[in-house]
Amino acid sequence: MEEKQTRLVEAAPQIHHPDSTAKIMWTVSLCLAPAGIWGVYVFGIRVLAVLGVSILSAMLAEYGMARAAGRENPLGDGSAFLTGLLIGYNLPPAIPYHIPVLASLFAIVIVKWTFGGLGRNWMNPALAGRVFVFFSWTGEMTNWTMPRTMDAADTVSGASVLGFIKSGLIDYQGSARGPMEFLRGSGYPQSSADVRATEWLRGIFGEGVPGGYWDLFVGNVPGSLGEVSALLLLLGAAYLLYRKIITWEIPVSYLLSFSLLVWIFGGFDFNAGIFSGDVFFHLFSGGLILGAFYMATDMVTSPLSRRGMLIYGVGVGFFTFLIRIYGSFPEGVSLAIILMNIFVPMINRYSTRRIFGVAEEKGSSV
Amino acid sequence: MKGTKTYPKGGVHPPDSKSRSEHKALKNALIPQILTVPLAQHLGKPAEIAVQVGDEVREGTLLGKSSGFISAPVHSPVPGKVKEIRDVYLGNGLKSPAVIIEMEGEFDRSGKEQERHDWRGLSGEELLQLISESGIVGLGGATFPTHVKFSIPKGKKAELFVVNGVECEPYLTIDHRLMLEKTDELLEGVEIIQKIIQPERIAVGIEENKPDAIEVMEKRISERGMNIEVVPLELKYPQGDEKLLIKAITGQEVPSGGLPIDIGAVVSNAGTVYSIYEAVVFRKPLIERFVTVSGGAIKDPSNLKVRIGTSIGDLIEECGGFSEVPEKIVVGGPMTGTAVYDLDTPVIKGTSGVLALTSKEVKSSRRTACLSCGRCIEACPMGLNPTILFKLVDHLKYDESLDNGLMDCRECGSCGFVCPARIPLVQGFKLGKRMARKKKG
Ligand code: SF4
Ligand code: SF4
Repeated sequence: MEEKQTRLVEAAPQIHHPDSTAKIMWTVSLCLAPAGIWGVYVFGIRVLAVLGVSILSAMLAEYGMARAAGRENPLGDGSAFLTGLLIGYNLPPAIPYHIPVLASLFAIVIVKWTFGGLGRNWMNPALAGRVFVFFSWTGEMTNWTMPRTMDAADTVSGASVLGFIKSGLIDYQGSARGPMEFLRGSGYPQSSADVRATEWLRGIFGEGVPGGYWDLFVGNVPGSLGEVSALLLLLGAAYLLYRKIITWEIPVSYLLSFSLLVWIFGGFDFNAGIFSGDVFFHLFSGGLILGAFYMATDMVTSPLSRRGMLIYGVGVGFFTFLIRIYGSFPEGVSLAIILMNIFVPMINRYSTRRIFGVAEEKGSSV
Repeated sequence: MKGTKTYPKGGVHPPDSKSRSEHKALKNALIPQILTVPLAQHLGKPAEIAVQVGDEVREGTLLGKSSGFISAPVHSPVPGKVKEIRDVYLGNGLKSPAVIIEMEGEFDRSGKEQERHDWRGLSGEELLQLISESGIVGLGGATFPTHVKFSIPKGKKAELFVVNGVECEPYLTIDHRLMLEKTDELLEGVEIIQKIIQPERIAVGIEENKPDAIEVMEKRISERGMNIEVVPLELKYPQGDEKLLIKAITGQEVPSGGLPIDIGAVVSNAGTVYSIYEAVVFRKPLIERFVTVSGGAIKDPSNLKVRIGTSIGDLIEECGGFSEVPEKIVVGGPMTGTAVYDLDTPVIKGTSGVLALTSKEVKSSRRTACLSCGRCIEACPMGLNPTILFKLVDHLKYDESLDNGLMDCRECGSCGFVCPARIPLVQGFKLGKRMARKKKG
């Protein structure tokens, strides 16, 4: 037995779960891909260029920072790629190219590396990058492109659904009892597929169903280039849940608490009273699905324990609701997640478990 | 399987990889020409050397005397001559003086009909003495001297005796084979132990992936008219851990920092029970043990009865050698065993397996920073927070790490198994414990 070459001599355990950091990051990226491809399809090939720019700048920044810190090339772990991808997904399709560059640089250099790189940042880098450019270039960040699948493809730019409603409701005197009726009543464009889908829905739920849900669900709406297709994002999320790369606690507690609040209080805007908010509309509009499954679940910036995750999810749901319905911004997902990021260390400190063989109270802080 | 028991929190499900060897009957390994018998094979003080270079030894001659209460003697596994006494590295990474024996002359036991001794007339103390003299230690891997475990401290009582047939470490199949092939010997071993510690209740814990063993044990127990309960357990690592096994069977928790006997429980691994049987019935000291040789890079995985001191290289060769280049050679099970470089590493009393693992099985990947994914917390059966504990140890904050339960860590490796960042958590905890103990003096 002579071959004494590259035998690994590690400490126990000698075998590992197949998930490694790199595998997790690349799998998440892969699950995001369908929604991005949809973005390219409906908003045009420029989307690909925006994504390329945001990913490349994130990776270059990561490489440069790692080199400066004297570390090995970290690009293989996929985390910079994922950050760049998520930044791209959160930008309008027509965004000027310098903005993704700056968002990625901010995310990687300021948010991630001033704290020491992967695993050390307390704030979600992609969201921080997005919020940074949103406040610096608000005009560019709210300049939306109409998807080609909509019957208003000639209107090249328009308002996002949420933005349209937010501004439309300021002095609203009409009779719409919900956001969908409002959109239809205001002549907001609709795809022909949605017209057919609505007819089908009316067959089941009655004539009162307003058009627009189908467009919202599959992504025939203007919005950030990777966030519009709730359907494809959910598909990817289902795989992540199945592979146990994300767990159900954060998305479910987030979506549930948000839905509940919207259902209870969301109707007031339309003078429709309590318990009449349009939950489906709010679930599938804006960046909620992208945020709930792919960004609030970021391991580094979310709590450690399952219980902590539930608390965190409820918090994000609450803040999203608050900002979206009562704030001056139409969205709310990014800010809500970042807000809750701040509370994570506290949540971790207070969700303790009992150590085996130790009588109550004294526990390890989780 | 319905109605299986387990402990409530944590645990992991590594692929059990037992199919490679679970149907291979136990067989005797070839006896090598040169054997390396270390003196520190057990937990506690190493044995004191009792021979000199050039001495002639027989099978079972004392090579090292027990050097205290928590210690165990070491015997010669073969007849021959003491060729050399020198330090060697063991599978667990520690250094120990070892007696190198060159085999020659005739065997007193092997190949001969062994005389049965009637033990039923002996008292508990006499039996305990026999176990102590035979150098029996826990063969599950912990190698704690068995006579110490069976010496019930004053004021305490053994209410429950558990035969640990869980064998939760992946790949290992020796306890499984023992229960199938040596059922009566095991049960006689239990009778001996029963006489020593006089428990009120006896249970055998077996994981549900060994239904044949559960069946055979149940059948022979009822045929012998013994009052032993076979408890099928859920397949979940580390179900075989003493504290977790007791929790699964009784629902009771051994207090933090305490021993099973504190709640009236004594646990012995199936292999240990078999060695006790041999020690008492045949007056045979612990000079052999069962070892599973397996892994994706082993041509012909086997369950072998091996002389202590045989090199792992000899065993691998006997199992057909490597079928492909292994990424790791592991002594022990894959979750708690040590990766070794040297194929001359000897089999010692605590060596339950020799594994040659391929890269596909190991799934190593680059270490990254902690992702705070919380998977280690989910996995820890002791309710610890491995990621925080590791950071505390890493920053030399030993007092704080003690407050966070460092000493409660069972070193089971569940946290390290799931960690996507491949952080050497268990290594950190072992080191931390050593440093914390040193600090306390
Ligand atoms: S090795 Fe220790 S910390 Fe890790 S899972 Fe096992 S008991 Fe918990
Ligand atoms: S499993 Fe590893 S990466 Fe995840 S929290 Fe624990 S130590 Fe950190």
